[in-house]
Amino acid sequence: MADETPILDARDLEKTYTMGTQAVHALRGVSLTVQRGEFVAVMGTSGSGKSTLMNILGCLDRPTKGSYHLVGREVSRLDRDELADIRNQVLGFVFQSFNLLARTSALENVELPMIYAGVGGRERRRRATRALEQVGLGDRLDHTPNQLSGGQMQRVAIARAIVTEPKLILADEPTGNLDSKTSLEIIALFQDLRATGITIVLVTHEPDIAGFTDRVILMRDGKVQYDRPQTPVDARAAADAYAEVPA
Amino acid sequence: MNIFATFRIAVLALLRNKMRSFLTVLGIIIGVGAVIAMVAIGEGAKAEVQSAFDKMGTNMLVVRSGSSQQGGVRGGAGSQPTITWDDVDAIASEAPGVARVAPSIRQSVQLLGDGQNWTTSAEGTVPDYFTIRAWTLKSGAFFSEADVSGKTKVIVLGATVADSLFGPGADPVGAVVRVNNVPFEVVGLLARKGQSAMGQDADDVALMPISTFAAKIQGGLKKYMQGTVYVGANSPADTKLAQSSIDELLRRRHGIREGQDSDVTVNNLAEAASARAEGTETMTRLLAGIALVSLLVGGIGIMNIMLVSVTERTREIGLRMAIGAKPSDIRIQFVIEAVTLSTIGGAFGVALGVGAAEYLRSSLGWATVVQPEIVAISLGFSAVVGVGFGLYPAHKASGLDPITALRFE
Repeated sequence: MADETPILDARDLEKTYTMGTQAVHALRGVSLTVQRGEFVAVMGTSGSGKSTLMNILGCLDRPTKGSYHLVGREVSRLDRDELADIRNQVLGFVFQSFNLLARTSALENVELPMIYAGVGGRERRRRATRALEQVGLGDRLDHTPNQLSGGQMQRVAIARAIVTEPKLILADEPTGNLDSKTSLEIIALFQDLRATGITIVLVTHEPDIAGFTDRVILMRDGKVQYDRPQTPVDARAAADAYAEVPA
Repeated sequence: MNIFATFRIAVLALLRNKMRSFLTVLGIIIGVGAVIAMVAIGEGAKAEVQSAFDKMGTNMLVVRSGSSQQGGVRGGAGSQPTITWDDVDAIASEAPGVARVAPSIRQSVQLLGDGQNWTTSAEGTVPDYFTIRAWTLKSGAFFSEADVSGKTKVIVLGATVADSLFGPGADPVGAVVRVNNVPFEVVGLLARKGQSAMGQDADDVALMPISTFAAKIQGGLKKYMQGTVYVGANSPADTKLAQSSIDELLRRRHGIREGQDSDVTVNNLAEAASARAEGTETMTRLLAGIALVSLLVGGIGIMNIMLVSVTERTREIGLRMAIGAKPSDIRIQFVIEAVTLSTIGGAFGVALGVGAAEYLRSSLGWATVVQPEIVAISLGFSAVVGVGFGLYPAHKASGLDPITALRFE
């Protein structure tokens, strides 16, 4: 690739919370670099600091110490409004519980980030439709969340994450509320996205899910315990194989 | 982010909770409706009082002879004739603030016409009387100055007298009426005024030139003007000036010193009218005040619902922030939701208030007046209520931390 700047370059991140009189060190010096197009899994038990790391990487929180460059820009000291713009333009979020607006059509849910980006109505509709087609929901544009299955809801959420053409997608336990078969389909969708050049950082506590990524980072006690590349398993093939198992 | 998109978001959010939005709006509807209906009732009462006084005469002052005094017994206003014809002329020519003067003398007479008879008090006066007492014609004409100087035997009848003599609705102009057996030609029929402010029948009158009256009814002109002098001031503002200048003039002419009781009384009807109008104004304010309280309660209802809504939609707020909403975007969204609620409530409230005022007017006969200003003010106020009571919940929503908001259960 011509552009060698890492998409994400975090140095010596520390985060300390004060719970009453006690200081809790959620992150104790985490350094992490992710290149463009990587599909990274962040693993760890609860309390390992992986959620705190994701909040900082997602520009939802600021580190106590350390620097964080996102697409070459130092973002660890930006104010709330500037962080909101970064989240809107550079990042896409996928959550465990989908976080779709109830009683609102799939199309309108996907249009939401573009409203805050100031995209005009016609263009919003066009791009939202395309994003939904990309995740295989071209025929469900007008369905509201309660008319969709869990997997379909997560696809809408992914469409919402990619519709702004972000550089980085942060997925927080995206398969946590889904059954195994649907999980595989969602992971396959992520692998498709990675193939188009989008960088994905995924938080999970399921080792088999982590197996579908290029690189696994294990967090423990606020530090990176290990960080190694791997050859990913093809989720599409796994999903197809799964489909042949009699129910 | 553009305002239409925000407005759309707000409306969609409200539509997601139709019943709750409706109940919230109801508070404002009732508040605004109450304000408009109450003020309409108050303004109607005020207009009614004003029109009653206007019918009696515009900018009118009434000058009467003072009281007689015999051995400590005072006879009451008018019991002792003290106003001379020269006094009347002096008021017209010398007193500042006075536009026109009409002396009026009256006597009970029997009228005969078209085979019917009717007893009423005939009044002798001058043409200015019609202007001062705000009479208008239904047909014919008023008598003129020429009629006064020529002692013409002409008469102008009130609606009640005409109905009694010629039958309801008949036009008596041109007919002959005998007043105490003297034939008079009817030249004019007055338009009906209805009940006077004092509750009498204002239309039971028969008017003729004062000279004719003195010659044919009273039997010669007396030295004193044994009646009432109606004075029209230049303008409503001039009634006070006219009142004091007439009082001063007559004291001087009658040689009455400062501090002594004058032998004439000057009543300012315009002032009495405005005092009465002020009384109803106070009532209007009181009613509007009570209604305003209900509008305020409606506003608190909006705040309550908005606060519930912020808590209920914490995750939604977190999500919006995660995908790029700035705190100001969230604040604007909630303020617009509140303002939308209150403005819709205001619009329906106006309809309710105007409808109620119309119902009271047409079905119950209340004199209600809906003023456009009040409609505008209550609409504006309901929007202000929306902003005022929407700001705090909106501020609370915009201050949420996206991480906690996203995790909120």
